[in-house]
Amino acid sequence: MKSTQVRNSLKRGLAAVAATFALFTGPAVAQEPIKIGAFLAVTGPAASLGDPEQKTLELYVGKINAAGGVLGRKLQLISYDAAGDAEKARTFAKRLIEQDKVDVIVGGTSTGETMAVIPLVEAAQIPFISLAGAVVIVEPVKKWVFKTPHTDRMACEKIFIDMQSRKFSKIALISGPGGFDKSMRAECLKLNKKYGIDVIADETYGGGDTDMTAQLTKIKNTAGVQAVLNPGFGQGPAIVTKNYGQLGITIPLYQSHGVASKEFIKLAGAAAEGVRLPGAALLVADSLPASDPQRSVAVAYKNEYESHFKSDISTFGGHAYDGLMIAVEAIKKAGGTDKAKVRDAIESTRRFIGVDGTYTMSPTDHMGLDLSAFRMLEVKGGNWTLVK
Amino acid sequence: MSAQFMQYLLTGLTVGAIYALVALGFSIIFNASHVINFAQGEFVMIGGMATVSLTGSGLPYMLAIPLAIVAAALVGLALEKFAVEPARGASVVTLIIITIGASIFLRGLAMVVWDKRLHALKPFTGDTPIAIAGAAILPQSLWVLGVTLAIVLALSWFFGRTLLGKAMLATSHNRLAAQLVGINVRMVLFLSFGLSAALGAVAGILIAPITLTSYDVGVMLGLKGFAAAILGGLGSGIGAVIGGLALGIAETMSAGYLSSAYKDAIAFVIILAVLFFMPSGLFGKRGGERV
Amino acid sequence: MLARLASPRTGGMLALAAVIALLPLVLSNKYFYDIAVLVGLNAIVCIGLNLLIGYAGQISLGHAGFFGLGAYGSAILASRYGWPPLAAMLATTFAVAALAFVVGRPILRLKGHYLAMATLGLGVIIFMVITTEDKFTGGPDGIAVVPFRIGGFVVQGERIWYWVVGALLLVAVWLALNLIESPAGRALRALHSSEIGAEVVGINAANHKVMVFVISAVFASVAGSLAAHYSGFVTPGKVTFLHSIELVTMVVFGGMASTFGAVVGAAVLTTLPQLLAVFEDYEMMVFGAVMMGTMIFLPRGVVPSLARLLQTRRQRASADGEEEGA
Repeated sequence: MKSTQVRNSLKRGLAAVAATFALFTGPAVAQEPIKIGAFLAVTGPAASLGDPEQKTLELYVGKINAAGGVLGRKLQLISYDAAGDAEKARTFAKRLIEQDKVDVIVGGTSTGETMAVIPLVEAAQIPFISLAGAVVIVEPVKKWVFKTPHTDRMACEKIFIDMQSRKFSKIALISGPGGFDKSMRAECLKLNKKYGIDVIADETYGGGDTDMTAQLTKIKNTAGVQAVLNPGFGQGPAIVTKNYGQLGITIPLYQSHGVASKEFIKLAGAAAEGVRLPGAALLVADSLPASDPQRSVAVAYKNEYESHFKSDISTFGGHAYDGLMIAVEAIKKAGGTDKAKVRDAIESTRRFIGVDGTYTMSPTDHMGLDLSAFRMLEVKGGNWTLVK
Repeated sequence: MSAQFMQYLLTGLTVGAIYALVALGFSIIFNASHVINFAQGEFVMIGGMATVSLTGSGLPYMLAIPLAIVAAALVGLALEKFAVEPARGASVVTLIIITIGASIFLRGLAMVVWDKRLHALKPFTGDTPIAIAGAAILPQSLWVLGVTLAIVLALSWFFGRTLLGKAMLATSHNRLAAQLVGINVRMVLFLSFGLSAALGAVAGILIAPITLTSYDVGVMLGLKGFAAAILGGLGSGIGAVIGGLALGIAETMSAGYLSSAYKDAIAFVIILAVLFFMPSGLFGKRGGERV
Repeated sequence: MLARLASPRTGGMLALAAVIALLPLVLSNKYFYDIAVLVGLNAIVCIGLNLLIGYAGQISLGHAGFFGLGAYGSAILASRYGWPPLAAMLATTFAVAALAFVVGRPILRLKGHYLAMATLGLGVIIFMVITTEDKFTGGPDGIAVVPFRIGGFVVQGERIWYWVVGALLLVAVWLALNLIESPAGRALRALHSSEIGAEVVGINAANHKVMVFVISAVFASVAGSLAAHYSGFVTPGKVTFLHSIELVTMVVFGGMASTFGAVVGAAVLTTLPQLLAVFEDYEMMVFGAVMMGTMIFLPRGVVPSLARLLQTRRQRASADGEEEGA
């Protein structure tokens, strides 16, 4: 008696599952648009990165379509929220490849999400432009994987060069628990000797922590520290900066490109004054000299985004802009969506001017930016300024 | 050295006071219903985010703060009315899952109504640090400590002196007996959600100028508040306060003197150790089990 | 013979086997297979967790920790130290069982919400160790894991994994059902209704609780090891306390004290986010509302509540039929 019930309910459940799956398996349409797949951390701890990326992709796919599309075909953006979870990212990437049959993938807000997806795109042989920072994504080079953001290694180098020029040789690190923080901390700890810099204090804080004065007090009481470096994004660095001001620490504070946005200054308030970080030209677009090749691209993106969403731009939206544009350029150059041809076209990107810098890719360099793409910025009078 | 100790202590007290307020919210609802309300952290978020959006639309703090607290209390009442009340008689675990569902729902709602970005709230009275025995704290920390103290005093007056408070307390001790002497147990349950939501909102508003706020700030604060309530002993008001402060101080002291990477882990090890010797927390009721 | 077939144990097993065998008819590509494999892995964890929550009445908010230890143990031993994956998995499982045994006794002395806190704390500590000790674990960005191989045979690709996980799921269900029907299982259920009562009739409560705790940890650890090899990548994302809560939710959603409920809970809550992706910004709201609604209207969980509903309806139907006949 009871088992038939179980069996019946199971059968019914199976039918329901089959029906829902059938909903998603529509027939193929003859005149297909060019499908751009994306998986981004639109919610979760990296939402402050994923959100502007998502908005940028939507905005520019709409703009390109309004202007007639690419090669006479419309673009179609298929985007999923991976919430910063590598497992979700992997499943959504599978969905993009197998189910949605996208032509190119632009996405992967965090390094964890990106790395989990790489085996899939390599096996499926589909061009993938990641928006995550860590250097491991493109080193060693993977045939189908590219990325647009500057690497954390470059950020460390840029900061160390600046420290060197200010004659600092003993510094402290304070970083959070996220992948971004950990990865950049590790890169910096590999490079510091090369620039004659000793890391004499190395503190960390937890996710969702509300106060870092304990760690900063420890750093403050460490004799000889000349500067403090805080890799990270979001809440952590803003609280570190506030606590820094609260404790009245006067040695220079360096942040990473992870907080390169106007929002950081708003959040950290007066304590942000004097903070330095390596950032893209985008943040100081309006004050770039007219001769700067990036000026027009950066100003156009900034105005477009800010007028459309009524909120400040961040470098993360910029990564997505560059990723999308490089993909679109490659599709144009390849004359279609043949995956191998598009991949080759991406790899042969030469002197493409994006908001993050000027990209020149090659078979050995799947990012294409050099240190000149980073500008050393400093907060002065509540705004980002170029360090001369 | 002692200035350093003072800094850790004051920071720990500030963080701990917030944990204490969240823990009090857990305890009040637990007393009335024996439910652990996993949406407690969301009230903290609603308090902070509502204040941000109200002040953003031009309201002064004097108006925005009461409105935000009322908004959170209304959400608390709605949660009881539409989610907990209809499930009366369900097992405790089922009720827990309902409150988890509610917390996901509220986070999703906040994300749509407001946004996913971080927000800073202006400190109530400036942000010039105050030096106390070599330690530097923000004026906002004094607000946190002062308001928490005032709330603790007000609550002890409420539960000790007023009829409604005594009725709520009586319900927590023995529900059936309370009902028999004419206490409207359902009303008590309803009000306890409103009260605990209001407390959460106050915590969220007090802390936002120090730590920023966003749609998902409630997750960690809810977890820490729960830990504090358990450490102190569920259902005990004084336990919630002591538990919160102890957790806050334990965290900053471990970050300062031991390892900042493992400070949360150390805090949890301490909680586990306490529970090992005192299975009902520091001030929890040690009742016999009913057979 | 027929009576045996109709018993919930055999009948349910057959039904589940039939579902696993027939499901590929509607799984039209690798993505669907992927979801099915994830459902299977979650279901294995939930079956173990259900023994603890549903039958022994002990809550755990830390099982993602055991899942994570399984995943990282396999990943580190097999990928970093080149162990054969099967040996890595067995060693990891053994270590997790030992850990659960050691911490089980003091932790399981606690009751109700205190137990919830203690297990939650245990999970958080495991999470922190995994994210902090990045020399071994790769930190928050995780590490790559080699494919699972036994001898010369490599388990790779969604389709092969589907059959492997499907078979293991059946084994897990079979083990759980047998345990529940055994004297030990009856002792557990006695524990659930009243611990003191159970002790009075001579059941050693502590031993039984620890045993079930260890079994549930082993289920989680094995699923974790498999998940690591299947994904080829492991990050701390699945070790968070939020994942622990997700697992408990699956068990309660499907129906406590119902092994098939645990499977259904895992299936629904694993596929739901995929189906809800169409709601975009409203996804979280809808998900939360579905959770609340289900638990309010089916407070005993989907499977037991529906079974009950069906039973009353059928009884009413047969009562009506008898009246007509008479």
